[in-house]
Amino acid sequence: MNGQKEVDYKKEKMKSRIAWGIAILFACIWLVITLVPFFFMIMNSFRKQFDMLAQGVFHFPDPWYFENYVEVATNGFFGYFFRSVIVVAVSLILMLIIAACAAYPLSRMKFKMRGLIYAGIVAMMSIPMHVTLIPIFKMTTKMGLYDSLRSLIGPYVTFALPMSVFILTAFMMTIPKEVEESAEIDGCNKYRNFFSIILPLSKSGLSTLAIYNGVSMWNEFAFANTLLQTPAHKTLPLALGQFKGEHAMDIPIILSVLVLSVLPMIILFIVFQDKLVKGMMAGAVKG
Amino acid sequence: MVTRKGDNVALKNNTNGLAQAREKSTVKAAAVFLFPALFLIAVYMIYPIIDTFTTSAYSWNGISSDKIFIGMKNWKTLFTDMTFWSSFGHNVVVMVFSILLQIPIGMLLATFLDAGGRKFNLFKVIWFLPYLMSSVAIAFLFSYALATNGGIFSSIASMIKGGKVTVDLLGRNPHALFSVIGVMAWQFTPFYMVYFIAGYGNIDTSIYEAAVIDGATRGQYLRTIAIPLLGPIFKTACTMSLIGSLKYFDMIWNMTGGGPAGGTELMATYMYKLSFQQFNMGYGSCVAAGMFLLITFIALVFQKIFVVKEDY
Repeated sequence: MNGQKEVDYKKEKMKSRIAWGIAILFACIWLVITLVPFFFMIMNSFRKQFDMLAQGVFHFPDPWYFENYVEVATNGFFGYFFRSVIVVAVSLILMLIIAACAAYPLSRMKFKMRGLIYAGIVAMMSIPMHVTLIPIFKMTTKMGLYDSLRSLIGPYVTFALPMSVFILTAFMMTIPKEVEESAEIDGCNKYRNFFSIILPLSKSGLSTLAIYNGVSMWNEFAFANTLLQTPAHKTLPLALGQFKGEHAMDIPIILSVLVLSVLPMIILFIVFQDKLVKGMMAGAVKG
Repeated sequence: MVTRKGDNVALKNNTNGLAQAREKSTVKAAAVFLFPALFLIAVYMIYPIIDTFTTSAYSWNGISSDKIFIGMKNWKTLFTDMTFWSSFGHNVVVMVFSILLQIPIGMLLATFLDAGGRKFNLFKVIWFLPYLMSSVAIAFLFSYALATNGGIFSSIASMIKGGKVTVDLLGRNPHALFSVIGVMAWQFTPFYMVYFIAGYGNIDTSIYEAAVIDGATRGQYLRTIAIPLLGPIFKTACTMSLIGSLKYFDMIWNMTGGGPAGGTELMATYMYKLSFQQFNMGYGSCVAAGMFLLITFIALVFQKIFVVKEDY
């Protein structure tokens, strides 16, 4: 009886070992699939133009060639970079203020149209941006904003709003009512209430949204490609196409632009790992 | 007596007035707070949607003033436009394979990490890396990595067979579409992985403890309890993947541009080409409007069939 149990136990243990072995094998395969393109990108960005084919793409560069990076850095890369920083910073701050303002009455006031307005804003979450592209292009031209960084702020703020309002409304509902009531007794009106009580209490919700929307604005391509024209006004996602246009056949130089544009994200990821992942997951409710 | 009654009425009127004033001030405050958001949504979303539908009834190159009303003619063209329908077909293929590849692999990776605990943290960090790259960057990277000359697959094939072998992944059909689907799986699997990790994390630990007390192994717990509990999350993931694949644009535009010979053309790239390369904005608007209707329709049907429950 006891022996049988031991055999069973051993069998179970063996089975679990084999299962783990297979699982780890597949895990390693996926690890290789994930890493090979990165390896390809980094290795080849340190080569001279024609060494890539001559040396084979998986060989270590011989010699390590840093001129690509110098060339990219001195040819306007940081211009693209800082324009992206400015657009994202301005859009993000505006978006968070406007979204918080909208979420406040939707979560904490009682008025007639509330349900309708909320449902309307939430329904906007699934609007594909392409359906708005031509009219926004027309509007931008009419307003004289075409080919300027300001043209991006309106679309960036608006397309981030519905999801942000949705999340912030849910967030503000969890703040207890008594906090506000006691402030009201102390003589706060609705506006003071919002700025000195609700907004500070929503900080963690706001930071999650800042990360998620910051990343998607940083990477935004379609609006930028439609609304900007001169290289001196373009943002980072357009820099790649620009460099490719200038160095058509020089693959290593384009790869070094790629490395430089991905680097900030990887550094941010390493520093704020959990926060960043959590922020990016905020987008999950978008479905 | 009379005066008292009068007082009462006055008092009543007064409280009513107060409540009314209060309500009025609430409505006013709500309007003030909501105005900026509603204004922007009206200007950058509602108006453009209406305008896209209106423009779809015109023949117009986007620049000149001769905008000619042609009624439903664009829509009639759209119905018989093989390029549009084959693009839609590609969107559907991408959609099906995205759901079949990204979600199961993402779930397997998450299950592995959940079963292994913190000792596999390095796996998690590395697996997440592709999601940090923008679609544009991925497009450029893979246009070189899948090239016939000096691409990853060509180089590996050459190493195995010896001598020079070219593997043409982006230059012919239908290989190009499936290569693109592969790249999309590389990009988005990490997203679903993290999504399912969060799903596992949300399951109450007391459920696991109860299962362990009842003698379940980690494997049994995952099979019979945890994975079934992920049901609603699974449906939400499918909806996201579905809508995402129907409006896919950035990567295809930068990697294949819809080519070769329209083999990877999607609705969005077709619309963009028509509007901003051929300056056929009337018909481009019609394609955009058609795309909007198709996406809305498919999303609604999907929601109806699977009744995605709001779990937030």
